[in-house]
This record gives sequence, C-alpha cells and structure tokens, in this order.
Amino acid sequence: MSTFASQFLKQARVMTADLRHRKIIRTALTNYEIVRDKRKGAFQSWESARQAAAETKWEAVNHLDKYLVELVSKLEARGTKVHWASTGAQASEIILQIVRDKQARSVIKSKSMTSEEVHLNAALEKAGLEVVESDLGEFIMQLRDEPPYHIVFPSMHLTRGEIKDLFQRELGDAPSDSPEELTMVARRALRKKYLTADIGFTGANFAIAETGMISITENEGNARLTSALPKTMVSLLGIEKVLPRLEDLALFLPMLATAGTGQALTCYNTMYGGPRQPGESDGPEEFHVILLDNHRTELLADAEQRDALHCIRCGACLNACPIFRNVGGHTYATTYSGPIGSVITPHLRGLQDWKHLSNASSLCGGCTEACPVKIDLHHHLLQNRRNAATEEPAFFERSLYQIFGFVANRPALWAVAKKLGRFGQPLQNLVKGTALDPAKAWTQTRDLPPMPKESFKDWWQKRKG
Amino acid sequence: MKNEETVLSEREKILARVREALKIPAHVPGAHGTAPLPASAHSPAADARSWLPKVGDSFAEQLALFQSTAAELKAEVQMVASRDAVKAALAKMASDGNWKRIATHKGELTDFATADLGLPICRTEGGYDVQEMEACDAGITECDALVAQTGSVLVTSLSAGGRGLSVLPPHHVVIARREQLVADLPAAFALVQKKYAPHFPSMISFITGPSRTGDIERILVLGAHGPKKLTILCF
Repeated sequence: MSTFASQFLKQARVMTADLRHRKIIRTALTNYEIVRDKRKGAFQSWESARQAAAETKWEAVNHLDKYLVELVSKLEARGTKVHWASTGAQASEIILQIVRDKQARSVIKSKSMTSEEVHLNAALEKAGLEVVESDLGEFIMQLRDEPPYHIVFPSMHLTRGEIKDLFQRELGDAPSDSPEELTMVARRALRKKYLTADIGFTGANFAIAETGMISITENEGNARLTSALPKTMVSLLGIEKVLPRLEDLALFLPMLATAGTGQALTCYNTMYGGPRQPGESDGPEEFHVILLDNHRTELLADAEQRDALHCIRCGACLNACPIFRNVGGHTYATTYSGPIGSVITPHLRGLQDWKHLSNASSLCGGCTEACPVKIDLHHHLLQNRRNAATEEPAFFERSLYQIFGFVANRPALWAVAKKLGRFGQPLQNLVKGTALDPAKAWTQTRDLPPMPKESFKDWWQKRKG
Repeated sequence: MKNEETVLSEREKILARVREALKIPAHVPGAHGTAPLPASAHSPAADARSWLPKVGDSFAEQLALFQSTAAELKAEVQMVASRDAVKAALAKMASDGNWKRIATHKGELTDFATADLGLPICRTEGGYDVQEMEACDAGITECDALVAQTGSVLVTSLSAGGRGLSVLPPHHVVIARREQLVADLPAAFALVQKKYAPHFPSMISFITGPSRTGDIERILVLGAHGPKKLTILCF
C-alpha cells in the first residue's frame, strides 16, 4: 500500500470518528442543498441546461487546439502577454520572472485553485515576496498555514470561535466572534494590501476564445480590486478553461452559481480582455495570462475520461459525496478533493500512488447526478480501479479471484467449499473482528451474513426428486 | 524574460500534445455510441433562454422582477419619476449618509446628477489617486444595462468610470434609465456584443447585489471587500 493510501486510511478513521466535524459539515451542506435546490427549481429546465453545458464543454475540449489558438490571438491583439507552461514549476518560474522584471515586493491574490496546484505561494515566499490571499476563506486558511478544505468553501470546517481566536493570535484584532465583525477585520487588513501591492494575481473560471477574455466569478469583490489597482495583473489558468463563445457565459455563469453556492448569480462575474486600454481611467498597465498544462493533456489523451476536463470546479460533487462529508477535505491530501479529485488526481499525480481515492467511493452516483456538466464521475472511479489493476495487479487480489474462479468452475469442488463454509462460519464467529479472523478487514465494521442451512441448488434438487 | 524561441516552443509542445491526444475521439455526453459532433458555429448554449429562469415578456413584468430580485439580494432600487428627481434622490442620499466626498466619472447622467451636490468630487477620467478614491463615501456610476432575470447591473470599464470606481468606495450608486432594462443574461451578452465588438472594454462586469461573503459558518455578511451598499437609482 502506498504511503498516500495508508495516510488516507489513517486520517479517514480519525475524521469519521470526529462527530463535531461531521456536524459542522452536515449543517453547512444541508443549508447549501436547500438553497441550491430552490435555485435549480427556478430553471425552466435544469436538465436541458446541463445537457447544453455538457455539449458546450465537449465542443471546447474536443477542439481545444483550435479554441486555444483563437483565445491567444484575441488576447494578444489587445496587448495581453500570453505564456504557456507545461508544468507547475514552469508556471511558477514565469510568475517569478514577471516579479523580477517589475521588481515587485508584494502580491495580492484572489482565489485560485490552480495556484494551489502549482504551489505558487511557496515559490513566491521563497523568493522573498509578501503574498496575501484576499478571499476571506483563503485568507483564513493562509493564516492557519493550511491548504483550502474545499475548492469553493475553503474554511467551511471552522467555527466562528476558531476564526476569532485565529485573528486574535495572528492579527491582534478580533472584537467578537460575530461573522460580521470578523469579516470587517479582514476587510480592514486587506484594504491596505490592495492599495500597495505591486502585482495582482488571479485565477479564472472561464476563458472566452471568441473575444479573448478570461472570466472570474466571485462574491466578495476581492478579485475586482485585485485586477483594478495593482500595476501588473497576472492570471493563471488551466488550458481546459476555454469556452467557444461569449454568449456561452449566459448559461455557464448561472449554472456555476447554482451548483457552486446555491445563488442565482454570484455577486461579481467579470470578464477581462486586456490591460488598461486607451481612454480607460484605470486598470493594470500589463496583463499576463499563463496557460497551464500540468498533465491535463494526459487526461485529454484518455478519451474515456476526457470529460473530466469539462469540470468547472463548482464543488457540487464534493457536497454530494458521502465520503467527502465524512472524511473531510483535508483527508484526501490533494489539491482537488471529493469525487472530481479522486478521478483526476491519478492523472495529475500518478495512478498507483492515488488509486486508493477511487475506492473511497460508495459508487452511489450522487456526484454524477450533481455535476452541472454531466461528468460521468462514478464510472470514472470504476475505470481508475480497472486501470490500476490492469497496470499493476495486486498479487493477493489476483490469486483470490483465480482460486475462486477455479473452484466455482468445478461443481464437485464447489460443493465441498460450501460444506466447509457452513462448518467454518461458526468458528469464524468466535474470532470475529480480531487479529485471528481471516476476514477481519470486512468483519471489523460489518457483519458477514450467515450462510443459509441449505443452498438453493440443494433445495431445487430435493424438490425435483 | 525567456527568449522568444523557448516561449514559442512551449506553446508548440502543448499544442502538439493536445492534437495528439485528440486523435482519439470522445463520445458526446449523453450520446454514448454515436459519432462525435463536428465543431459547429451554433452553440448549444445559444438556446439558454428556454432553460434559464423564466422572465415575463412585458416591460412591467421585467421591471417588477428586477426590483424584487435586487431587493432579495439586499440591493436598494429607487424608482423615480424623472431625471430631475434623480438629483433630489441623490442629494437626499448624500445628506442621509452624511457624505463628505464622492467619486464619479464623466458621463451625461453622472455629471447632471452630481452637479449640485456641493461635495468634493474625485473624478476618474484620465486617472485618479487610489487613496483619494478610497476615502470617498460613495462611488456614483452609470451602467450599460440592468438585467431583470438576475437583478444585476452590467458595467464596463468604459461605461462606469473604470475598474475601481464601482468597488472601492463603500457605497455604489448606479444611475440608470428605465430603457436600459434587459430581460435576461443572453440579452445582456447580445447587448455587449452589439455595443462594443470588436473593441471591447478591458473589463465587463455583472454586479449582482452588494459585495458579500459566507466564508464564516456560511453566514451572509455584506461588504466583504467591495461596497456594503448598492443603490440603483432608476428613472
């Protein structure tokens, strides 16, 4: 078993026993479900919208070369500098080079999971820069020196009391534990940073090939400020973010808001098509867009699972997943957690190291049903299991199935095995769940159903006779 | 900076990997076993109007929807009878809010509405001092459209005085004409295309209620980083 797998199992055991954690997550997600379902109900047809969104993403991803070229030429035509990065390290290096060129000392960041994926903060801090996360949840997690718990709700596992203590300890400013006052603490602390930061860094939710724009969805206004005030703006996005046309956003923006947070539309949905243009009163002098591959083309090459690149990172599959809700976001130890994380992490970081995530699933299909772009998530989890076993069969598993196959194909042997089983099961009950039990992994937490006194075959033969 | 050659080659490497990967076709979602769709000029999202939340056909219905949706989002909508009434409404807001200083941009409506306020004005055209704007009590802008379906205000860096004005001061006041109301998001995007293509403003933003966050226990707090108050003054 890989270290990652044993770490996952260990952490999962701890978290599932943590009833306080489970209650916080259950409360938050139940509230989310109520508002989301209300918003879904307001659509004339949520199902048709899903199908259209899936087809639009399919078109974009399956003609990715064409749309990337179009996006880049449109961006460059308006004075945007476009960079390409095959790896996370290359992306960080491109940003560091911009930092050096600008002699920048501070970076204000709005929320970007892609920057988590390439460990950008660590790279920038190592180079001596001050990096400040401006999204409230991300700001909280940065103060805690922890990765985000959830791709949309980074600090959903924390109570206001914990956040108050954190602000008191790290900022010396926490008048009370009211969410209102705590938010104002962050507002005050970050205002200064927007005004003085040399570089504004953002991610992107979509990129529009037709018009050469990136689109950013947010509630707080932090991305708006990040892209308004600093002299240089840098946006990092995966190559799969591209959409063909501007009008596609009329569908994707409300769907992302509905699936992501249960809003009809997120507070700020903003398209950026370049640096400050002639006749405009503000905006960055330079706008850099970095297009990141980082193993996305490997996922693209897997036609069976290519639709995983349709993901718009709404987090709906995490929210629906019984495993996520019980083991929590940090247990996955990946940038992207929950069902989508379990599907794509083996492609991004290696199948054998991360195949265990595909077993952390009840295959209930809740994720597939929740996905606004119809990614076939639970089947991809099965495909990952199959691919992992084909690539590197586990000796014991394979032997077990070979023995089973041998016995099951020989009626005489099968009859003996049945008798042995009926004789053996009461003995097994004596040691059930202990170290002596050969079926311990199963019986520790579940009951093995008792074998019937008479098998169907025996009963049928008796009846005939 | 990396030299031009390496930049180009990284681009070519990624595009080559993409093209190689796409040699094997993938099934269209929901259509297992059929041949892949060809790239088409028609977007499936173009029919979005028939699936998105319903909007009434008449202007009165759309206006009522805009007002109720915006109110639900904690934005304030003030409908006034005439252009002159905008002036009075803004003056009342200034005295109620005890404004000391405002920020605005050059525009037919903004110039008219702020002319007699008698307050120091931070103007954005040609550039402005961010510290000065940050110290303003309100940012007053025009807009491109109001969207009935979502209760949104559509602004751009050209129509609303740049990028900062609508998010930096704590109170954002939008002055709009009734005729600027559009039914839904597809109509709003069509308007953007018609009005600007191909010379789009560098920022196009749908503002849907005042700035907000739910990052602490999923409890709604207004004014996370942007304005705590959003007022739409419509005549």
